Amino acid sequence: MNKLNSKIPEGPLADKWTKHKASLKLINPANKAKLDVIVVGTGLAGSSSASTLGELGYNVKVFCYQDSPRRAHSVAAQGGINAAKNYKNDNDSVYRLFYDMIKGGDFRAREANVYRAAEVSNLVIDHYTALGVPFARDYGGTIDNRSFGGVQVSRTFYAKGQTGQQCLIGAYSALTRQIEAGTVTMYPRREMLDLVIVDGKARGIITRNLVTGEIERHSAHAVVLATGGYGTIYYLSTLALNSNASAAWKAHKKGALFANPSFVQIHPTSIPVMNSYQSKLTLMSESLRNDGRVWVPKQAKDPRKPNDIPEEERDYYLERRYPAFGNLVPRDVASRAAKERCDAGFGVGSTGLSVYLDFRDAIKKKGKKAIENSYGNLFDMYEKISGESPYETPMRIYPAGHYTMGGLWVDYNLMTTIPGLFAVGEANFSDHGANRLGASSLMQCSGDGYFILPYTITDYLADDIKTPRIQTTIPEFERTEKEVKERIDKLLGINGQETATSFHKRLGKIMWDYCGMVRNEEGLKKALVMIKELEEEFWKNLKVTGTGDELNQELEKAGRVADFFELSKLLCIDALNRKESCGAHFREESQTETGEAKRDDENFSFVAAWEYKGEGQEPELHKEELKFEFVKLAERSYK
Amino acid sequence: MNIKLKIWRQPNAKSKGRFETYSLTDVSSDMSFLEMLDYLNNNLIREGKEPVAFEHDCREGICGSCGIYINGRAHGPQHRTTTCELRMREFKDGNTITVEPWRAAAFPVIKDLIVDRSPLDKIMQSGGFVTINAGAAQDANSILVNKKNADEAFDSASCIGCGACVAACKNSSAMLFIASKITHLAQFPQGQVETHQRVKAMVAKMDELGFGGCTNTRACEAECPKGISISNIAKLNREFFVAKLKE
Ligand SMILES: Cc1cc2nc3c(=O)[nH]c(=O)nc-3n(C[C@H](O)[C@H](O)[C@H](O)COP(=O)(O)OP(=O)(O)OC[C@H]3O[C@@H](n4cnc5c(N)ncnc54)[C@H](O)[C@@H]3O)c2cc1C
Ligand code: SF4
Ligand code: FES
Repeated sequence: MNKLNSKIPEGPLADKWTKHKASLKLINPANKAKLDVIVVGTGLAGSSSASTLGELGYNVKVFCYQDSPRRAHSVAAQGGINAAKNYKNDNDSVYRLFYDMIKGGDFRAREANVYRAAEVSNLVIDHYTALGVPFARDYGGTIDNRSFGGVQVSRTFYAKGQTGQQCLIGAYSALTRQIEAGTVTMYPRREMLDLVIVDGKARGIITRNLVTGEIERHSAHAVVLATGGYGTIYYLSTLALNSNASAAWKAHKKGALFANPSFVQIHPTSIPVMNSYQSKLTLMSESLRNDGRVWVPKQAKDPRKPNDIPEEERDYYLERRYPAFGNLVPRDVASRAAKERCDAGFGVGSTGLSVYLDFRDAIKKKGKKAIENSYGNLFDMYEKISGESPYETPMRIYPAGHYTMGGLWVDYNLMTTIPGLFAVGEANFSDHGANRLGASSLMQCSGDGYFILPYTITDYLADDIKTPRIQTTIPEFERTEKEVKERIDKLLGINGQETATSFHKRLGKIMWDYCGMVRNEEGLKKALVMIKELEEEFWKNLKVTGTGDELNQELEKAGRVADFFELSKLLCIDALNRKESCGAHFREESQTETGEAKRDDENFSFVAAWEYKGEGQEPELHKEELKFEFVKLAERSYK
Repeated sequence: MNIKLKIWRQPNAKSKGRFETYSLTDVSSDMSFLEMLDYLNNNLIREGKEPVAFEHDCREGICGSCGIYINGRAHGPQHRTTTCELRMREFKDGNTITVEPWRAAAFPVIKDLIVDRSPLDKIMQSGGFVTINAGAAQDANSILVNKKNADEAFDSASCIGCGACVAACKNSSAMLFIASKITHLAQFPQGQVETHQRVKAMVAKMDELGFGGCTNTRACEAECPKGISISNIAKLNREFFVAKLKE
């Protein structure tokens, strides 16, 4: 039986969404007020979903684990948000944005979804602007755009290096308006620990109040997960430290298929690891590569300071390998090239795991002032962390886990394989294929929440208007709550020696070494064995201090790490299964003679959606064949 | 380096807190302040003791979660720096560092270094928005905004809601926080429509929630990690005055 019906509407690409919208059912305002919707997450995807559903008149409950919805990880986005406005008159269009995303994703995303994301992008910008998001402007008062992520048009809307903060404040302000209006109830400092299914439909969640430890039941007619990505599976990543996979993973275990879990984007320019206590890799925006030149010494383990190494003894390896794009090659290509040089012994810094990003020539050419105007805040950030000034010494950078293209499988309506469970934003898999283009996540998160989900969830709920409020006293809630409590007791009862963080670090290292930038069969198989061993050790030797009835950050971490163990196995299995290279997924066995990624369209042009089959069981693969009706599959070449 | 830490420990909101002293050896100057606390916690857990609870998430100065009073200063000694961005190289071998939660009546302690900052969300709810529903907006470029206003709006909207301004103020006033919001939205034509309602509602809410009034000590500006300028408060006062006149 094929579980996957993507529900992609028939017809020409540009008409699909319009036609589909016209076919979706509506609900009158009086009936909307009788319907409850749960939204988990308050990043751009969750805030936009919750505020819009509130504006439409639904009864919304929204959850996040931070103390305030405004702190969701979306706040950290730096570079910008794309839209096909063509404000620069550089012949941009919805089609071009669509095409860049499909190609950037290495032809592993659905055409219809990507086109729709591009189509609603303009509405997103209009809405944020109306909410007061201060996008950068020109002197005439119109909005400015820049080119980002190596595309040929300038379609990125930005607010200095703070686009995420500025957009999220806008989205959060709209959310607070609905909270004040009483359509939305906000539950901060709550962690969703499981999903409640009633008669095969998602009908609620079990949460833990992170202050009191109380386990709570919340019911609704439908549940929306906007819980973000799981890049923290590597322990060190550019994500906020508390980002985790648990909500999506719990949904997966309850029947939602998980798509392309191994598609993880490794960002090429993050500040490298400096010490063994390091908890976080800070991103240095991609825009730096517009002016910085990446190099390593030609001599392995060259002991000299970078400025003492003469020009002819430097290897500008991106310019050497990719003369057409040079330092501006896409993220996945730049990351792998850095790893290649470091693995070959040419890396710099005390660990040998970094490369130089040098602004010497740009400063000479454009002047220090111009460079300061463009990158001043990034240079300051770098100096605060490293103690070195990039105006004088080249930056040191290294790739870091950044974004997960994989996520919960959803159909065209953004519904998972569990009826009534929707997934939006980074938590779903739908729009970025095997590699995400810069500035397209904020766009997708917001488009999902403001202009897509509100329409499609209404269609789903239209059949539920006679369903009375779901009672939380029914056995399904009781049972799920009991399971949640048992697991907490289990974690608290191990009473071993090692902290959750130390297990997370060790797991992260395995994942980084064997299921990171470069993968091969032998390594992935080895990783699976190592993960299983470490997981066993975790359940024997974990130490969680304190109790379940209080604010207990160790307990929170332990639960998340336990889920990461399970998810990391699925990542390896998925990576093993995909014996081709595509986008960010690089299988050593599948490369060209010059070491570039080699796609295998004949055998792997599908979405790999995995079904959970129970503890200790192998997951089952369901394939959603990708049909390309409107674009021609092409090789991604940047030479 | 070796340091001594005097840390405020308080198991929950109801109990009384007190300082505990800890010694840490082999602290690296490259560590961030929070990584130093991670290191301490790792030691404490291995000794079977309760780790120090503190709030954090992004660890790059943008989410506003971390807020710790270090040696009597909100976010510690470095100018325009959040606690998570602060590095141990700002301290010296042998230093004793005092570590406390934000102290303000409106921000009760939840546990150790974690306080309840939800009153800031409540102030936002009272009016910190532009009233518009998704789908109702016109083309973004049909609202022209002078670049200077847009840049000022940006500066004001870079407030990360950390609450350091409240913690630094002897009156525990949230004036800088509110002023940043008022100033941000007042830069735009669509934001000006509701300015007077907004300023009255937000100031009234602040008073209701137990924050103190502003007496111009400028402590907030000095400690704000995002450099939100006190001139925002002057703007707020102006808007407030006009709003009252129009009543
Ligand atoms: C450093 C950095 C810079 C970036 N820059 C850009 C950029 O310039 N442009 C761009 O387009 N993209 C960028 N990205 C990617 C982009 O920021 C994210 O993909 C996007 O913000 C994700 O938004 P989201 O709403 O899906 O989830 P998030 O913003 O991650 O929010 C997740 C929410 O879910 C909640 N949550 C999660 N689990 C639970 C649970 N179990 N219980 C309760 N609540 C839960 C959290 O509290 C939070 O509110 C960047 C990413 C990083 C790491
Ligand atoms: S005004 Fe400054 S100190 Fe106050 S909350 Fe905002 S960022 Fe923090
Ligand atoms: S942890 Fe986010 S600002 Fe410090």
